[in-house]
Amino acid sequence: MARMRSILSGSLLLGMGLAFLAGCSDSWNNPYPGSDPEANALYSAFSARPKHLDPARSYSSNEVEFTGQIYEPPLQYHFLKRPYTLIPLTAERVPKPRYVDAAGHALPDAAPAAQIAESVYEVRIRPGIRYQPHPAFAQDEAGRYRYHALTAADIARQTRIGDFGHTGTRELVAADYVYQIKRLANPRLSSPIFGLMSEHIVGLKELGAALEQAAKDTPGVVLNLDDYPLAGAEVVDRYSYRLRIKGKYPQFIYWLAMPFFAPVPWEAEAFYAQPGMADRNLTLDWQPVGTGPFYLAENDPNRRMVLKKNPHFHGELYPTEGSDEDRRSGLLVDADKLLPFIDQAVFSLEKETIPYWSKFLQGYYDSSGISSDSFDQAVQFSAGGDPQLTDSMRNQDIHLITAVEASLWYVGFNMLDPVVGGLSGDRQKLRQALSIAFDYDEFISIFLNGRGIPAQGPIPPGLFGYVEGLVGLNPYVYEAHAGQIVRRPIDAAKKLLAEAGYPNGRHVKTGEPLVLYFDTMASGPDAKSRLDWMKKQLDKLNVQLVVRGTDYNRFQDKIRKGNAQLFEWGWNADYPDPENFLFLLYGPNKKVGAGGENAANYDNPEFNRLFERMKDMDNGPARQAIIDQMLEIVRRDAPWIFAYYPKSFGLRHGWVQNVKPNLMANNTLKYRRIDPRLREARREEWNRPVLWPIILLVAALAAVIAPAAIAWRRHERKTA
Amino acid sequence: MGAYVLRRLLYAIPILIGVNLLTFALFFVVNTPDDMARLQLGAKHVTPEAIERWKVEHGYDKPLLLNVEAKGSAQFTDTIFFRHSAAMFVFEFGKGDDGRDIGNEIKTRMGPSLAIALPVFVIGLLVNITFALLMVFFRSSYLDLWGVVLCVVLMSISGLFYIIAGQYFIAKLWNLLPISGFAGGIDGLRFILLPVLVSVVAGIGSGSRWYRTIFLEEIGKDYVRTARAKGLSEVRVLFRHVLKNGMIPILTGVVVVLPLLFMGSLITESFFGIPGLGSYTIDAIQAQDFAVVRAMVFLGSFLYIIGLILTDISYSWVDPRVRLQ
Repeated sequence: MARMRSILSGSLLLGMGLAFLAGCSDSWNNPYPGSDPEANALYSAFSARPKHLDPARSYSSNEVEFTGQIYEPPLQYHFLKRPYTLIPLTAERVPKPRYVDAAGHALPDAAPAAQIAESVYEVRIRPGIRYQPHPAFAQDEAGRYRYHALTAADIARQTRIGDFGHTGTRELVAADYVYQIKRLANPRLSSPIFGLMSEHIVGLKELGAALEQAAKDTPGVVLNLDDYPLAGAEVVDRYSYRLRIKGKYPQFIYWLAMPFFAPVPWEAEAFYAQPGMADRNLTLDWQPVGTGPFYLAENDPNRRMVLKKNPHFHGELYPTEGSDEDRRSGLLVDADKLLPFIDQAVFSLEKETIPYWSKFLQGYYDSSGISSDSFDQAVQFSAGGDPQLTDSMRNQDIHLITAVEASLWYVGFNMLDPVVGGLSGDRQKLRQALSIAFDYDEFISIFLNGRGIPAQGPIPPGLFGYVEGLVGLNPYVYEAHAGQIVRRPIDAAKKLLAEAGYPNGRHVKTGEPLVLYFDTMASGPDAKSRLDWMKKQLDKLNVQLVVRGTDYNRFQDKIRKGNAQLFEWGWNADYPDPENFLFLLYGPNKKVGAGGENAANYDNPEFNRLFERMKDMDNGPARQAIIDQMLEIVRRDAPWIFAYYPKSFGLRHGWVQNVKPNLMANNTLKYRRIDPRLREARREEWNRPVLWPIILLVAALAAVIAPAAIAWRRHERKTA
Repeated sequence: MGAYVLRRLLYAIPILIGVNLLTFALFFVVNTPDDMARLQLGAKHVTPEAIERWKVEHGYDKPLLLNVEAKGSAQFTDTIFFRHSAAMFVFEFGKGDDGRDIGNEIKTRMGPSLAIALPVFVIGLLVNITFALLMVFFRSSYLDLWGVVLCVVLMSISGLFYIIAGQYFIAKLWNLLPISGFAGGIDGLRFILLPVLVSVVAGIGSGSRWYRTIFLEEIGKDYVRTARAKGLSEVRVLFRHVLKNGMIPILTGVVVVLPLLFMGSLITESFFGIPGLGSYTIDAIQAQDFAVVRAMVFLGSFLYIIGLILTDISYSWVDPRVRLQ
């Protein structure tokens, strides 16, 4: 009888548990409990919590993903147009620089760069733009700021920005932009671009020195940036400011589309600078204040971050211009409609790829990348080599988005190395031979699932200077064959190696085998197969490759000191200009001695001379001609083995619209449109709980317990 | 007992200094302050001046352990080690290299860690002890044999496998629970169930075998024979006598981990998206955030010492023969 009771009570408990779960309004596995299933919200994830959300500091892509939606620099990239085109965001127009000489006299636009002492940009912003609601702007009836003179006790009661009862806003003014540019020089912020910008913005270096001294003299005291003038950034009137740039630096305009040059209101700094705020993680680095289409409504980076529509957003319209392909893809359906389309975006922390992928398939994330683990499940290649979705993906109305990234991976030769470095003919041939031997077509197929394009030079597709097709091939590594670009045969590499003084991989005089050293940060089982592949490539030339695995810090150290021989490296574009890649090979930018970004320490005077001409030119045939010459030099010298341009593969569900990869823009969330009803219907369809495993489990437990109970009773009787 | 606890707490001070010193040495053997600055500032456009400024701003511009240029006690106090370690002894953890308050983070993350670790600990203990006692009850029978085989199988499987299998079957295939995530309050229950279930199952093999060994050792002792001779049922013998006498070795392993429950689990938290202290530590190690790493190591060491003291105290409770002096 007692056993019967316990079975009954167990069944009751199980039933109650199931009833509890069934009673929940949404699917059992819904990771958003309590949320409105038909809310106009976009669901996404982030894999690492952002370190900085201060526009003076945030630089990583996982940070700009948020700051790009909140802060508004004066310019932005057109969402649809290619090549990438700058258009106004808060500015009235894209500013054109005017040039002056050392005496301050105006120069014509076509003036030689050597004569230009300064480039002057005057930016006029549109009136009427307002900041998001924030307590930093809240004022009482007398016009005093409510929260600018808080006591420690007041602050102790607040744990979130939402805990402050009042909010306010104010109009965006030119002074806010100037204020932010000054913040780049604040030593307490350690802006990653201060070093670079201090070389270009007039007076920024001096401002940095003055602020550094002030920070030392008055530790713990907030620096009032208004007390420190900056010659290179001045307010002209309420809506205009002027920027003075040293010499000619046409690439500066691209920086005006990055959050580094977004406005920051002084009220926000004053608000967050109050003692006790930082102890509660209430800082501008963590709680942004911007004018963008969204504001950060919930900031729990350990779990989730929520962007909500800024009620004061100035009302931008969806672009009306695009290509025919855009029109066919439905990317112009929303032309001229008011942005943003979604009310909020929920980003959940998802560190591991397996749960991320599973939730995407369950419909709980609207879009996803494709990890190596799930690639075969999602993508297959047609006979022609084109990527296609698998049937299971198509059945779920999932769409594939691909784009060649504005990035490059390469294997660098240390040009200071006595074996592989130098510009002499035999060294050129040695490097060319190795460039042929490393079959990156095969690498892309084996290790990247086809997610890359073999690189023909330092400039990736989509940027001015890149030449498509047979005309653009690297003749030292590839050749045209039946209208296709094919890698030169290994015999060509062997011949070059022999001409370089290493016939059959041995030194022509000493007979010693050629041994090369490859420094890498890669480690673990995945890396082992890659590294084995690299060794195998050089085996084809009878050259030995010794892999020197090291951690990130030691690797960086070796590169800085020029102690590496061969190494793997990459670069992501900051902006869509060939200068941003070719400067990686500019001699004065060498790592060794100059601390620049030229990791190969390549220094060819002819290349340097051409670079100096090219960097200041406007895009056009003349610039292309110089770039072509530079490419020829760098292909011949082969300081890098041009490995591949990575290709990004992404997936989106059918209910997500207006998705076009834009590798330069970081504020594309405002264009997204979703169909929440369709999403909810799909979620319900895909996530019906399967109950038989529970029943089976109970039965299995009973099957195990029953003989045990019988044995128990028998045992007890025996003892008795 | 009060004097004993006080003495043990005083002993803890040199231990914590030693642990701190060791962490400091190990960390700075592989990371220089320059490396830390580079990691924080990013890979692009970083100038030597920017690195110096970052070091000054974060207090890493001093010598590591000994400042030969300073005079008097400043030779020891005007160093990175002292500046970053001294305040921890009053539980002032300062700020991480990303500028966020570590104490605040610990307070925030302790709850989610406990939300997983506590049920895993309690349920795991109950399940393991019960299963072990059952195996002992059926010792030398086929149930015992297959129980041990099951334990060996369970403990031979990687913990990661349980997580992935649990997520695949329960959350993805059968749609019974969310695959990952976390929420506060009653909503949090649905997120906790799966990691708790997975962790308990993953611990059954090793836990039950260990307890079985302890109970088997006890069951052959004279007092058990005496109890049986008195006519007590086997259940009473097991639960009243064997379990009680097996408590000392159980407590040795159990009480010491009690305070460490706050520290969370590195892998479980990462896979299930639990915003606890385990994932905080992993993130800090990956980000080379020395301030957070040393705070977490310090906290872990401190809690471990507390656990050891609690273990000693618990001995005296369960075994009157043990006296703390």
